[in-house]
Amino acid sequence: MDTEHILEMRGITKTFPGVKALSDVTLAVRRGEIHAICGENGAGKSTLMKVLSGIYPHGTYDGEIVLDGEVQEFRGIRDSERQGVVIIHQELALSPYLSIAENIFLGNERAARGVVDWNRTNSEAARLLDRVGLAERPDTRVSDIGVGKQQLVEIAKALSKEVRLLILDEPTAALNDEDSAHLLGLIEGLRAEGITSIIISHKLNEIESIADTTTIIRDGETIESLDMRGDVRVTEERIIRGMVGRPLDHRFPEHTPDIGEEVLRIEDWTVHHPVDQARKVVDGASLTVRRGEIVGLAGLMGAGRTELAMSVFGRSYGTRISGRLFRDGVEVTAATVQDAIRHGIAYATEDRKRFGLNLIDTVQHNISAASLDKLSRAGVVDREQESGIAEQFRKDLNIRTPTITALVGKLSGGNQQKVVLAKWLYADPDVLILDEPTRGIDVGAKYEIYTIINKLADAGKGVLVISSELPELLGVCDRIYALSQGRVTGEVARADATQEHLMHFMTMDKDGIAR
Amino acid sequence: MSTTTDVNLPAPNPPGAPRVSLGQRLQGLGGNARQYGIFGALVVIVLLFQVLTDGKLLLPNNVAALFQQNAYVMILAIGMVMVIVAGHIDLSVGSVVAFVGGVVAMTMRDFDLPWVVAILIGLALGALVGAWQGFWVAYVGIPAFIVTLAGMLVFRGLALVVVGETIAGLPAAFIRISKGSLPNFLGFLDNMDVVTLLIGGLAVAAIALTQVRARRALRKHDLHVEAVGLFFTKIAMVALGIGVLTVILSLSAGGTPIVLVIVGVLVVAYSFLMGRTVFGRHIYAIGGNRAAAALSGVNTRKVDFWIFVNIGLLAGVAAIVTTARAGAAIAAAGNNFELDAIAACFIGGAAVTGGIGRISGAIVGALIMGVLNMGLSILSVDPSWQMAIKGMVLLLAVAFDLLNKRRAGTQ
Repeated sequence: MDTEHILEMRGITKTFPGVKALSDVTLAVRRGEIHAICGENGAGKSTLMKVLSGIYPHGTYDGEIVLDGEVQEFRGIRDSERQGVVIIHQELALSPYLSIAENIFLGNERAARGVVDWNRTNSEAARLLDRVGLAERPDTRVSDIGVGKQQLVEIAKALSKEVRLLILDEPTAALNDEDSAHLLGLIEGLRAEGITSIIISHKLNEIESIADTTTIIRDGETIESLDMRGDVRVTEERIIRGMVGRPLDHRFPEHTPDIGEEVLRIEDWTVHHPVDQARKVVDGASLTVRRGEIVGLAGLMGAGRTELAMSVFGRSYGTRISGRLFRDGVEVTAATVQDAIRHGIAYATEDRKRFGLNLIDTVQHNISAASLDKLSRAGVVDREQESGIAEQFRKDLNIRTPTITALVGKLSGGNQQKVVLAKWLYADPDVLILDEPTRGIDVGAKYEIYTIINKLADAGKGVLVISSELPELLGVCDRIYALSQGRVTGEVARADATQEHLMHFMTMDKDGIAR
Repeated sequence: MSTTTDVNLPAPNPPGAPRVSLGQRLQGLGGNARQYGIFGALVVIVLLFQVLTDGKLLLPNNVAALFQQNAYVMILAIGMVMVIVAGHIDLSVGSVVAFVGGVVAMTMRDFDLPWVVAILIGLALGALVGAWQGFWVAYVGIPAFIVTLAGMLVFRGLALVVVGETIAGLPAAFIRISKGSLPNFLGFLDNMDVVTLLIGGLAVAAIALTQVRARRALRKHDLHVEAVGLFFTKIAMVALGIGVLTVILSLSAGGTPIVLVIVGVLVVAYSFLMGRTVFGRHIYAIGGNRAAAALSGVNTRKVDFWIFVNIGLLAGVAAIVTTARAGAAIAAAGNNFELDAIAACFIGGAAVTGGIGRISGAIVGALIMGVLNMGLSILSVDPSWQMAIKGMVLLLAVAFDLLNKRRAGTQ
């Protein structure tokens, strides 16, 4: 039996239709250590953890999982939990209207012959809460405690399952500093009790302080494993180099910008979380976009990019939004989406299925959805003109669909994305915010979308591109802002920008910059 | 498939008719297949009962009565399908019918107002009730199920307050709305009412003309049109259906029932509203994906509000028709009307999750229920069994639809 390693994942390969998410990934976790996994958004970290915890069951991937020297074939999350492997997801999976104790033993009830033993439930829960250092009564409703405490309940729940290997996906992303510190302390405490943890995090300073080993994943492959307790100190810069060190290739159309006047400016923009209203999701951000310019917005998961964009677009996200918004140098207010569109601002969402398209309606109707006022007289839609325009966009953007009366839901991701773009191109805004415009679409379609973005800029529009792919931002944008924890931490011109440089700003702690 | 289009072969088709593969043609039909399916089901049910009742179902007076008896369902189903497409529901329409009917009857009997004024008051009151419910749904954000469940109780209660038990003795002119027919001022042709024949002829001509014009517009923009043969077969089938109906009605005792004209006008107007106007588009957009609609600049609250005002107004129309038909306002009137209207919508292909549903489908759904009612009544089937059979038809219609969709999805 391999006594050094509690877990070995060997040659893990996982493909989704059209995409290879993981390619021959290897991960070796030593018993009793805190093992960090780092990588850009979409590098494959979460996919790997889903393979490990049985969410992607045995048979849907290649390679083997060896736990304590035994090959495991998890068919579901119950199988992995039985072996003491427990995953805590970034989005907490607690039932808000049940008590802490009920949540801890959910699916694992303290019961005799189907009847719950409440005394046992609550007393055991109290002991677990004590162990994680949470001073709450077991019968408190989960919705009545904050996110930080909920995270502790999740850990208590994991402990109730006699966890040997605890996986935490971005555990501190939604926490404030104090809660983060407590949580990290707890994880170190568990290490002292012999519980091994795998922690996925974008906060490199945290990793530097608590991890014993760091494995870096990039583009679905294991790049390297760094010993954090070795003789050579592993710095944040060292980790960043591993995360981004990929050559730039020519996947981007040539473009010479013709930059004009300022078209959009936001100043000191602050947005609070819609539920957890004390939390600032965007914190005093300021940025400008000029005509003919393609500006990038870089940031890791939870940096507040989408939240910033949507709050500017008619306050579609967040509460207690403050700050100033200027269009062509004139201050405007855009309290509703209608206002924003009237002021020439458009936002193409990162999640086209949920927020961008009516999948059960036609290509034609989706393209005209934001511009029916233009297409109608006295409230009656001019269908002839509408189909003419839809047909024009189908040809111009090369939307591959049998007809413009086909349902959008039947198209491929890339073509759906073109429909979203067509919708906003037809609305003819001055500023176009594109949130992850190439997410989940193939390389060929990506190139076409970059070409469309360039044409938009050439037409004198200001384009703000949000992307998780740094090469994409470097390949397309004239200027790039980096966002970290809701703050603009850096602004880089294309000429000076490198992936390392951007990643440095993107992982910067918010206390690391002077306001 | 796409490779063949790159090859420069001499076009075998006349110019202006883009070559479309068979697969694409069937796909184009797929969008409407469900629609044809309901029409087919209606025809099958009609023929079935025509045989079972030894030809009594389609006797002229029975057909006229079919429309007079079911006008209220069709009127309510028009409003209901819009509510359902937007992703809501309205449980209150039955009670609203009783309440508005009571007020309309009261204004005529107790205040001696002319029946035309009473009707206008009824319509305004219906719209006001709709505005009340729309306010809670759209601007306070209470689910429509709860708002209209409350409305169901509130307006039933108010109906009892206003009506007591019944308000009878209404003017003859008012009662004619539901019991009367269009005046026969053009005489008879071979025992057939000429006014009815004229209306039927105009309807066929209007449908054919709009279809041809729509087709021409599509062609002008080089858009895909259905095959010529299919197109003319479709028009011929519609013409045949309307023709048969026209002849049967023209032989009935009164000719064209007035309620049929009311329903006809509403169907045309609301089909236009749903298919051609910005408001209609917004309803489908909200039902299909509320978040995406809001992010496209649709004022979702405003649309929700007006949808409820509209169904209130239509409940007012149904109240007038129902009260006129009974010849009196009855506190218990409109019982289960909401369920009839909702069933009509779902039989007619509306999606429970919203975004899908058509006026024509809801009307056909209402007719299927109506034909079942009448056919089973002619066969003297016990009303309890009639209810059970209608329930099964609703369940099976939706199950069939779901299985169809699932099969289409896996292809």
